[in-house]
Amino acid sequence: MAKILAVDDSASMRQMVSFTLKSAGHEVIEAADGQEALGKARSGKVDLVLTDVNMPRMDGITLIKELRKLPDYRYTPILTLTTESGTDKKMAGKEAGATGWIVKPFSPDQLIATINRVLG
Amino acid sequence: MSIDVSQFYQTFFEESLEGLDSMEAALLGLDTGAVDLDAIHAIFRAAHSIKGGSATFGFTQMAEFTHVMETLLDEMREGRREVTQEAVNLLLNSVDLLREMIEAAQAGTTVDEAQVGEVQRRLEAMLHGEAAAAAPVEAAPAEDATPPAQAGEPPAAEAPAAETPATDEEGPAPDPAGATTGWRIVFRPYEHLLRTGNDPVRMFRELGFLGETEVTLDDSRLPPFEDMDPEVPYLAWTLVVHTDAPRDRVEAVFEWVEGDCELDIQPLGGADEATSVAADPHGEAAPEETPEATAAEAETAASGETPKAAPEAAAPDEPAAEPAPEAPAAEAHDEPPAPQAASVPEPAPAPAPESTPAAERPAAPAPAAQPAPAPAAQAAPSPAPPSSQPSTQAAPTAKASPTPAKPKPAARPKGDAGSIRVSIDKVDALINMVGELVITQSMLSQIGDDFDAFDLAAFEKLKDGLAQLERNTRELQESVMRIRMLPISFAFSRFPRMVRDLSQKLNKKIELRLSGESTELDKTVMEKIGDPLVHLVRNSVDHGIEPPEERLAAGKPETGVVHLNAYHQGGNIVIEIEDDGRGLDRDKILAKAVERGLVQPEEAAQLPDERVFDLIFEPGFSTAEQVSDVSGRGVGMDVVKRNIRELGGTIEIASRPGEGTTLTIRLPLTLAILDGQLVQVGGETYILPLVSIVESLQVDPNHLNQVAGQAEVYQVRDEFVPVVRLHQVFGLTPRSERLEDGLLVIVEGDGQRAGLFVDDLLGQQQVVIKSLECNYKPVQGISGATILGDGTVALILDVAGLIRLAKAPGLRTPREAAA
Repeated sequence: MAKILAVDDSASMRQMVSFTLKSAGHEVIEAADGQEALGKARSGKVDLVLTDVNMPRMDGITLIKELRKLPDYRYTPILTLTTESGTDKKMAGKEAGATGWIVKPFSPDQLIATINRVLG
Repeated sequence: MSIDVSQFYQTFFEESLEGLDSMEAALLGLDTGAVDLDAIHAIFRAAHSIKGGSATFGFTQMAEFTHVMETLLDEMREGRREVTQEAVNLLLNSVDLLREMIEAAQAGTTVDEAQVGEVQRRLEAMLHGEAAAAAPVEAAPAEDATPPAQAGEPPAAEAPAAETPATDEEGPAPDPAGATTGWRIVFRPYEHLLRTGNDPVRMFRELGFLGETEVTLDDSRLPPFEDMDPEVPYLAWTLVVHTDAPRDRVEAVFEWVEGDCELDIQPLGGADEATSVAADPHGEAAPEETPEATAAEAETAASGETPKAAPEAAAPDEPAAEPAPEAPAAEAHDEPPAPQAASVPEPAPAPAPESTPAAERPAAPAPAAQPAPAPAAQAAPSPAPPSSQPSTQAAPTAKASPTPAKPKPAARPKGDAGSIRVSIDKVDALINMVGELVITQSMLSQIGDDFDAFDLAAFEKLKDGLAQLERNTRELQESVMRIRMLPISFAFSRFPRMVRDLSQKLNKKIELRLSGESTELDKTVMEKIGDPLVHLVRNSVDHGIEPPEERLAAGKPETGVVHLNAYHQGGNIVIEIEDDGRGLDRDKILAKAVERGLVQPEEAAQLPDERVFDLIFEPGFSTAEQVSDVSGRGVGMDVVKRNIRELGGTIEIASRPGEGTTLTIRLPLTLAILDGQLVQVGGETYILPLVSIVESLQVDPNHLNQVAGQAEVYQVRDEFVPVVRLHQVFGLTPRSERLEDGLLVIVEGDGQRAGLFVDDLLGQQQVVIKSLECNYKPVQGISGATILGDGTVALILDVAGLIRLAKAPGLRTPREAAA
């Protein structure tokens, strides 16, 4: 049972991720873009951040950089949800400080497996 | 746990359609000027989201298609490809096709493969046109578009899934030849590794899923305590994993830390592996001996057995091992300050007290003894979560496949058929209003409780309360009405695209201006005005705006302007369609009208402009010499006018030759309320829609004529209108049969006029329409009913229906019809 921040500008993706994680017993906080996510992350520590990369207002990469500046989030696992399987996109996330990535499309079960891998 | 992703379809459809709308709007904005990066980003994002969603939810066709689109857009986004008119056109086509695909998916079907393939080929052809882009397109659809399960994307997640059962089967009988299989991994984190949020413990645990793992700790880099930076991982490890798993499975475990560590993965099988290799069979043969066995054997046994057996084997051995690795693992996320302790569950504490100087533990002075706790610890976490882990881990293989395997997107009925999205503000306003109403109600009931008819103060209060109730009621009504209101931008939004396509087709340069898009009107009215508006805008573009040469020759700017404007006026919404084209040709219209016998040649000259222009609304009237496929055969304008009338609206034309034409449509804001004229006929009250009344007059007997026996016509200026005696239609006894004792209300409906004979005109008021059709049955000549302030029911007259009734030879009255 962890507190997870799920960030995606697509409502259906958010719904799917959130529903899946909640079914797995986690607490989920949703945000539709980096800006919103940063605000929510600041107002309460979460255990794991899942973020889309391409988003309006503030993209996932900037969000990760901003999060890593916060003392609370220096070591928090942050995974990017990316459709772009190309290495450079994954690496952009990593360079910003992401822990890892989940490549879209993923099934709910794959999502849980990866989350468990991170949370233990 | 199996999650049915079809429950997210509706949201996906809705957001995708919205995404397509904004994509279209942004694409339309693209070709008018310099390339706008923000717009391209927005377009890309929309395509990207649809691709992600469609792949996730198993809409393969859509996913493949959007992938190609996205690749093209990506090149534009990164400036590697020019934004050409051709590309924009193709992308717009793609948007149309995607819309169809989503609609098909909503209906549980798919779009014709050939149709999709066609556009997709064109996209690919465009991509291949530039060599740079060729490669990714080829490769990508194949791997990206595969439905979630097969994609095998999160390799690490799948690895354990496949491995866990594998160990189960192979454990009891390890292949002697295969006993050498496994990997030796040297893992040396760089200083910053922990700051990526990665944690060696988790990776080791992953390895544990692959097979039994021996860990050798190298703490040679550990500085003296006072120099230690708690955020730096000083330790390094050599891990030996006994597994059949291929290299990529092992690499997958370290996938996320590539570049954050020194990593060397070598296959087992060298001479120095002899010990552990030898140990294997023993461990298998006698798992019970573990207490005394070498470390390698112990954990061989532990993980060689099924995961379930492992806890038992490990627990008695290392009572502390089980909780320990979990605790640091859990802590690691929250507070990583002590990397060593956190990241190395057992080895760190264990060696530390035993060993004296930290420096002398390089490599393996006593490899058999030292690493012992480590593998045990390693083994422990893996069986520790079996209850939860394998079940979820096994799932991807077992369950993921059915998920995408059913492409039929749950034949869910189009849920949004009759629904509207309402902004929270409106609902809040409504709730607020109801709150007020409750207060007023309680105030009134209190007054009612102790009401004394002679108490003047109480009477004043009652009057105040009633006034307040009236205000609340009106506000509540307005608020409720507003819920059905949508901004007219919903109707306007299709025009940028339409005008663009038409102007390209017609080789005209046209700028479309929109204003007042936030003006609200009733959803039903909006739906019904859509088609007439399309027709009128098409007309403006096709017939109104001249070709560029002609405009230049006339001294006008090359680019014509069509302006759509909307605003509220009184209880109406006014929509104007204005163009700066050639204007209506009075002579041409008149010539046509004379030819059709609509106008007498002699009266043609004096006919005022507005009457002339109104002629274009006559059925079958078209002045277009060349019928184009754009605005059709002129069957439209009369239909347009009729549609607007049916909505209780009006349309007017103003035009000046060479300067342009303005069409003004006036519509009621809602269909639920009507501005009515109350009329009295034989003691009954009827309501005439105000919009249908032309004028009311007192009858001058000199202007009354009898035609062919019974029929009466009345001359209004130079026009003869049939007289309809309402009392006859409804079978009532009028105050007087003599026309001059009553009034004649000249009404217009369906392009025809008639004079309705009534006893008297009463007031005008807004009435709430109650459907007769729903509550009784449709009756010709009557469009509905309403309840008047005194509680009586009044019928609302349908003027067009009444005129038809009156003209019908065997005059069948509503009375007879209803009987």
